[in-house]
Amino acid sequence: MNETKDVATPEKKAVAEAKDQDRAIRPAVDIFEDDTGLTLHADMPGVSKDRLNLQIDNDSLSIDGEIDIPTPAGMEAVYVDVRYSRYQRSFSLSRELDTDNIEAILHDGLLILRIPKRAEHKPRKIEIRTA
Amino acid sequence: MFGNLGNFDTGMLDEFRRMQRDLDQLFGATPFPSSIRAAARGTYPPINIGTNPDQVDVYLFAAGVNPERLDISIQQNLLTIAGERKLITEEGANYYRKERYDGEFRRVVTLPDDVDPDKVEATYSDGILHVRIQRRESAKPRQIEIK
Repeated sequence: MNETKDVATPEKKAVAEAKDQDRAIRPAVDIFEDDTGLTLHADMPGVSKDRLNLQIDNDSLSIDGEIDIPTPAGMEAVYVDVRYSRYQRSFSLSRELDTDNIEAILHDGLLILRIPKRAEHKPRKIEIRTA
Repeated sequence: MFGNLGNFDTGMLDEFRRMQRDLDQLFGATPFPSSIRAAARGTYPPINIGTNPDQVDVYLFAAGVNPERLDISIQQNLLTIAGERKLITEEGANYYRKERYDGEFRRVVTLPDDVDPDKVEATYSDGILHVRIQRRESAKPRQIEIK
C-alpha cells in the first residue's frame, strides 16, 4: 500500500507544481472615479517596487507582481493561505482615459494607480440660459 | 400533506455538497483533521507558516496597515495577531469595486510546543508582517553517537 503511494506522490506533485507556475493570485482592488479620473487601490503584499510590472497595451492595463519574502534555509510550509507567488490582474481601459499620464505609488504592499481623464473628457457644467 | 420532504435533500443541499466537494478538490482537502482554532479559508489577512529546526516563521499578508496598530502577543505557544486596517475612502467618489478588507482583524495561530515565547521578533515590510519565533535548543534534532 505504502509503496504505491510513495511512487504516485512525486508525480502528482510535479504536475501540481507545473500548474501552479501559471497560476496567480487575483489581487483585491478598490476602484473609484471622480471628475478628474479613476483611482485604483490594489492589495499586493510581498511585492517590492522592482518586482512590480505595470503595462499598458492597446487600452488594456495589466498589473503583475511577484512576491518575494525572506525564507530561512530548510523551511517547510506547515500552513498556507497564499499558494502562489505572483499577482496578476488586468483591466480594459476606455478611450477617454489619459494612459500617458498614469501615476503609480507602491507603499507597504498597497498599489495606488491614478488614471487621469483626458482634458476634453472632463465633465463640463452646461449652463442653462433663461429665455 | 407536505408531499415528500425528502426532496429538499436532493435539491439545494446536494448542490451545496457538490460545490463543497468541488471546492475541496480545487483547494485540496486533506484527510487530516484541522485545528480547532483554524480559520476558514479566505479569512483576512491570509497567513503562511513555515518551520525549520531552529525557528517558526509566520507571514501575515496585510498590505497598507499601520504597523503601530498591530498588536502581536504570544502566550505559551499561542500567537495572536490583531490589528485594524482603515481604508482611505474618497467622499463623493463613484465606486465601481470595493473588494479590499476594511476594519479590524484578528488571527490566532497555534505554534509547535517547543517555541520559546521570549525569543520573538517581528518586522513589517512591503505589506507583510513577518513574525519569527525561535525554538528551544532541546527540540532541535541531535546527532546521536554510537559508541
